[in-house]
Amino acid sequence: MTGGSTTGDDGSTAPAPGPAEKRQPWPLWEVFVRSSRGLSHVHAGSLHAPDADMALRNARDLYTRRNEGVSLWVVPSSAIITSDPSAKEQFFESPQGKDYRHATYYTKSEGVKHL
Amino acid sequence: MSEANASATRITPGNALRPEDIAASHAVPSPEAAEYALWLGDDSLILAQRLGWWISRAPELEEDVALANIALDLIGHARSFLTYAGHASGRTEDDLAYFRREPEFRSAHLFEQPNGDFARTIARQFVVSHYQWELYSRLQHSTHPTLAGIAAKAVKEVDYHRDHSLQWVLRLAQGTEESRRRMTAGLKLTWPYVEELFADEPLIDALGGAAVRPSSLREPFDAAVAAVLAEADLEVPAVPGATGGGRRGVHSEHLGYILAELQVLAREHPGASW
Amino acid sequence: MAAPAATQYGGPDIDAAGQQLFDELIAEDSRIEPRDWMPEAYRKSLTRQISQHAHSEIIGMQPEANWITRAPSLKRKAILMAKVQDEAGHGLYLYSAAETLGTPRDKMTEDLIAGKARYSSIFNYPVLTWADIGAIGWLVDGAAICNQVPLCRASYGPYGRAMVRICKEESFHQRQGFEILLELANGTQAQRDMAQDAINRWYAPSLMMFGPPDDDSPNSKQSMAWNIKRFSNDELRSRFVGMIAEQVKALGLTLPDPDVRFNEDTGKWEHGPLDWEEFKEVLAGRGPCNAQRMERRREAHEDGAWVREAAAAYADKQARRAAPATEAA
Repeated sequence: MTGGSTTGDDGSTAPAPGPAEKRQPWPLWEVFVRSSRGLSHVHAGSLHAPDADMALRNARDLYTRRNEGVSLWVVPSSAIITSDPSAKEQFFESPQGKDYRHATYYTKSEGVKHL
Repeated sequence: MSEANASATRITPGNALRPEDIAASHAVPSPEAAEYALWLGDDSLILAQRLGWWISRAPELEEDVALANIALDLIGHARSFLTYAGHASGRTEDDLAYFRREPEFRSAHLFEQPNGDFARTIARQFVVSHYQWELYSRLQHSTHPTLAGIAAKAVKEVDYHRDHSLQWVLRLAQGTEESRRRMTAGLKLTWPYVEELFADEPLIDALGGAAVRPSSLREPFDAAVAAVLAEADLEVPAVPGATGGGRRGVHSEHLGYILAELQVLAREHPGASW
Repeated sequence: MAAPAATQYGGPDIDAAGQQLFDELIAEDSRIEPRDWMPEAYRKSLTRQISQHAHSEIIGMQPEANWITRAPSLKRKAILMAKVQDEAGHGLYLYSAAETLGTPRDKMTEDLIAGKARYSSIFNYPVLTWADIGAIGWLVDGAAICNQVPLCRASYGPYGRAMVRICKEESFHQRQGFEILLELANGTQAQRDMAQDAINRWYAPSLMMFGPPDDDSPNSKQSMAWNIKRFSNDELRSRFVGMIAEQVKALGLTLPDPDVRFNEDTGKWEHGPLDWEEFKEVLAGRGPCNAQRMERRREAHEDGAWVREAAAAYADKQARRAAPATEAA
């Protein structure tokens, strides 16, 4: 070991490590944190973990070090389905021109209370 | 301030206490309670010192963060217990951590054991966290308000340490052939130091209901540990116990090195503040 | 998020349309998100910058971690542990951001330990005394924060979001460093000397963290055009000098640079000449600790291989065990 520390130097039973890992690396998980009761879980970031149990624990250690959460979700990144950004127009432009869905569209009743 | 006064202000039974609360309380322990606080404080201090080494060396970055969290919890417990113990002799937590000599430390030998590989560290964590959980879950109901308060904070944190270690015991035991071999070896190296944790000392009689009798923890500890090992398809190692003696200031060869590193800077500048 | 399916955008038409949208988004100072079309050069440049930033956090843990076991008080020990732990966390946030550009973390780690990727050369200087821990917090983290705050508005969404989280957490890093120095400055003569010595050694390297002077910074121009970088190296450096010139007074210590002054005409802070030859040497891996840092990172990664593999094997077994049950149900 480098670093000259005396607290981790002995007792190792480790033989020389193998060359490359044979298995796939730990999969990627997306982490969602509920910061307090009454609020939604919000995407906080991602992390790697071998399985769901460890993903939850890693999420706790990584994303709630400063009291950021009261509840966590972890989701395999591969399970997230995203809308196609190049289909933005078909997907998201239809509501434009439908101003009558917003209260501000209705101006004639202005001044009438509690409406 | 007397213990009674202190409890009237901030220290009430079941109230989880942080090091700052203890320092502010000026509650003065009896010599026996101070000695007992040294036992528990030194255990956590020495283990935190060991675990601190892993930070920047863990098997995966997520695990660097996890081990650091555990070490930070342990430092917190050590600070609380040492601050309290120091009130008996007008010393601070740092006076006790940095300016006591080896025979004045009260840590059990298990906490001094080397990190070894990750499996050995996990084996040590597995034993320590299960022992500490059994201990603190009872000590939080102690008749002694300060000890109970420190335990009330510690028990929740140690519960997480218990979970962390058992998750890894299961994975290493049933992962690959190599990890199983290492986990088995780690447990075998750790087990001789289990017995000392449950040895009653005369101090315990003197403390009565304030302390938890170590021998009373053995049965629940054995049951909890056996359940995990059974799930992991591992045997409880059958190895003779080591002699122990940490509670009386007789330590393993490792402690001298640990203290040399822990104390070197503080001792170069006696009386300095940091 | 998962790696973007960059390949689905083939053909010159889609590229042209993509480029147009990208240019519009940059022009209106909006954000680019992982699955958007982006120029290959933008993707490459960002991957390089974010992964380099992540590597710096991870390598940067080492010189400070070396002092965890020797920290001179229990409070300082806890603070330092928390700080080094944060750096692991910041490395992870950044690797996540870089992964959204399509390069897995494993590949980035491999590049680092193979010596193919860079990290901040500041971590190749030795951390010799406890006062260095203070100077690193104050000067090195201080310089990093100056660099990073504008990056919160970087055009690439995941990078900006990672930086917001990092900047929020880092504010304590600089303060704890300054407080270490303040304690030393108000302490014994030996402690004061230690503090001044640390400032003397870390001052110039921290200034050089902003990168080469503007007229010698090849990547900066493109980076600014893409709204990744918001201010030039020299601009940020000058701002930083102004801050620390004031702060050092609170310590009752001095900066080892008689040429630090505020230029009334330009409205900018100036400093003395920096040794860019040394900077290039250190950058090229000839800093005193380069080999040591790399070896430790490689060792940790290789020593951990069996653990990572065991956990992956366990997960496989559990999944296989669970699979038939699911089918039956």
